[in-house]
Amino acid sequence: MEYFLELFFGGLTRGSIYALIALGYTMVYGIIELINFAHGEIYMIGAFTGLIVAGVLGAMGFPTFAILVLAVVVAVIYSAAYGFTIEKIAYKPLRGAPRLSPLISAIGMSIFLQNYVMLAQTSDFLPFPSLIPEFEVPGLNGIISSSELVIVVTTALVCIGLTLFIKFGKLGKAMRATAQNRKMAQLVGINVNTVISATFVIGSSLAAVGGVLIASHIGQINYYIGFIAGIKAFTAAVLGGIGSIPGAMLGALILGWTEAFATGYVSSDYEDVFAFALLVLILIFRPAGIMGKQPTQKV
Amino acid sequence: MRGKWSLVVFAMAIMAFAVAGCGGGEEKKAEEAPAKKLVLGVAGAHSGDLASYGLPTVNAAKLVAAEINAKGGVLGMQVEVQAQDDQCKPEMATNAATKLVSDGVKIVLGHICSGATKAALEIYKDAKVVCMSPSATNPPLTQSGDYPNFFRTIASDDAQALLEVDFAKKLGLKNVAVIHDKGDYGKGFAEFCKQFAEADPDMSVVLFEGVTPGAVDYSAVVQKIKNSGADGVIFGGYHPEASKIVTGMRKKGLEIPFLSDDGVKDDTFIKVAGEYAEGVYATGPRDISSNELYSVAEAAHKKEFGSDPGAFFYQAYAAAQALLNAVEKAGSTDYDKVVEALRTQYVVTPLGKIKFDKRGDAEGVGFSVYQVKNGQYVELAN
Repeated sequence: MEYFLELFFGGLTRGSIYALIALGYTMVYGIIELINFAHGEIYMIGAFTGLIVAGVLGAMGFPTFAILVLAVVVAVIYSAAYGFTIEKIAYKPLRGAPRLSPLISAIGMSIFLQNYVMLAQTSDFLPFPSLIPEFEVPGLNGIISSSELVIVVTTALVCIGLTLFIKFGKLGKAMRATAQNRKMAQLVGINVNTVISATFVIGSSLAAVGGVLIASHIGQINYYIGFIAGIKAFTAAVLGGIGSIPGAMLGALILGWTEAFATGYVSSDYEDVFAFALLVLILIFRPAGIMGKQPTQKV
Repeated sequence: MRGKWSLVVFAMAIMAFAVAGCGGGEEKKAEEAPAKKLVLGVAGAHSGDLASYGLPTVNAAKLVAAEINAKGGVLGMQVEVQAQDDQCKPEMATNAATKLVSDGVKIVLGHICSGATKAALEIYKDAKVVCMSPSATNPPLTQSGDYPNFFRTIASDDAQALLEVDFAKKLGLKNVAVIHDKGDYGKGFAEFCKQFAEADPDMSVVLFEGVTPGAVDYSAVVQKIKNSGADGVIFGGYHPEASKIVTGMRKKGLEIPFLSDDGVKDDTFIKVAGEYAEGVYATGPRDISSNELYSVAEAAHKKEFGSDPGAFFYQAYAAAQALLNAVEKAGSTDYDKVVEALRTQYVVTPLGKIKFDKRGDAEGVGFSVYQVKNGQYVELAN
C-alpha cells in the first residue's frame, strides 16, 4: 500500500508539471487552432531564468524561500515576454496563411530558441539549486517529499485560479468568446489581438512556474529539457481533448499516473510505450480526447 | 608548317616520357639501395564525421616511426607509415584491408571502430597480418577466439563491468539493482554487470531496468529501487541520468552505494549532482598521466603538430610501439614469431609496461575504481 501511494504521488507530481505546460498548448489551440511547438522551450527558458535569478540572489544572501518566490516571479515575467514576442513575430504575420505555415513557423521557433539558449548559456547540464525548502510532510513521511507536495499544491492553486479567471474574469470571458467564434467576438467589440496575446502570456507564465519548480525538484537543467517535457505535455493536452482546459489538467494527471504505475508495476523500459498506447486507445474511442468536444460538421 | 609543329610536339612528348622514365628508374634504384623498409599500415577513419577518432592514430604512428627511424629503424629497416581511410564503415574497411594486404603490409595499426575492425579482420586473418586496434572495445573481438591475429591496447567493455561487479562484492553488496539508459553503451555495460553478478553465488540482481534519458523525473524508478530491497545500485549510462537518479535517491533517504561507469566519471557529474555526488563510485580508465612516456609522447605531439593529442592517441602510440617492438624481438615479420613476441615481450609505453594475453587484450591496461570525495574523483587502490 505504501508503495502504491509512493507511485501515486510520484505520478501526481509528474502529472502536475505536465499540466502546467499542457495548459499553454491547449489554450493557444483553443483560441487560434495552432499547436505552439515552441511552448516546451518557453518552459526551458523559465527554468533558465530561475537559475540565473537564484544564482544572483543566492550570492546576495537572500533566504531560500524568498529566492524561490522571486525566481518564479522573474521567470514568469521573462517567459511571458518571450511568449508574447513569439506570437507577434512568428505567428501573427501568418494568421491568414494556410494552417501548415504557422505550424512550421512554430517548429522553427522551437529549434531557434533551443540553439539560442545553447549558444548563450552552454550545452552542458547545469546544477539547479534546491529552492523548495525541505520539511517533513505530516502523516505521509517518506511517501511524498516536501518538493513534490509544493509542486502538487502550487499546480492545484494555479489550476483553480485559472479556471475561476476563465469563468468569471472579463478577459476570461473574452477568451471563451474568441475561442468559440473569432469573427463573432470581433463583431461584438472584443479586441481579438489582445485576447490572443493574453493567451500566450498566461500560457507562458504557467510553463515558467512549472519550469522553475521541476528544475528545483530534480536539480539540473540544460537547453534540451523543453523538448521531451513539451512532447509529453502536448500528448497530455491531446489526451484530455486539445482546446479544453479541464481536459488538459485531467489528461496530464492521467498521463503522469500511467507513467508512474507502468514504471512501478511493469518496467520503466515501457514507460513511454504505455503512455502512448493509452493515447492511441483513447483516440480510437474518443477521437477528440477525453473532455474534447466533437466539432459539429456543417453539411 | 603544321606538319613541322606537330613533329616538334611529338618529339617533345617522347623526350618528356623518356626523362620521366629515367627519373623513375633512378628513384627505384635509390629506394632499393638501403636494404628494405618496414611498412606499418594504419587504417581507420581519417575522413568523415569520425575522423577525430582516427587521425590521432596516424599522428601517433608517424611520431613512433620517426622516433624509431632516428635510432636506426627496426632490424635495420626504416619504418614507413601507410595510411588507409575506412571512415569507420565496414565496407570501406574491407577495401582498406585488401589494399594493405596486397601491398604486402604485415602489421596494421587499426581499425578504429569495432564494426569496421571486425569486417577487416577476416581479410587480415587469411593473409596472416597482425592487426592491433587502439580503440575497438567490442568484447567478442578478442573473447570469441575467432581472431588470433587481433590485439588491442584498450580494455574491452566487459572488463569494466567485471571490475565494477568485483568492487561491488568488495563493498559487501548482495542484492544489486542494475539500471541503464537503454543506449548501446549503457545497456551493454549493464548487461555485462548483470551477467557477472548473476554468475556470482553470493550476489543477485533484484532489478534490471532501463530509464528514458531526458524524462521529466525518475521518482518512480527510485521508488522501485527502494521497493526492490537492493543494497546497491549499478548504473550504465551517462552522467545526466546518473545525477538525476542519485539526487532522487538521496532526497528519498535512500543511502545505498551507487556505482557507475566511465560515462559518469566526468567532472560535470560532480558539478550537477553537487552534495549528492559525494561517495558515488565510478570506474574509469586508469590514470596514466604519471607515466614517463605519457609526457614524452604528449610533448612530441605538441612539437610536431602544434596541438594537444586527440582521442585514443596514447593507445595508438602504445600499439605502434608494441607492433614495432614485436617485429624487432621476433627478428622478422614472420606472423607466428610476431604473435609470439607480442604475447611474451613487455614493451614500455605511455600506458605503462604492457604485453598481451592469449586473447589479445593488453595486460596492464585497464580501469580503476574512483570515488567522489570532497567534490572530486579520487582513484581507489585496486
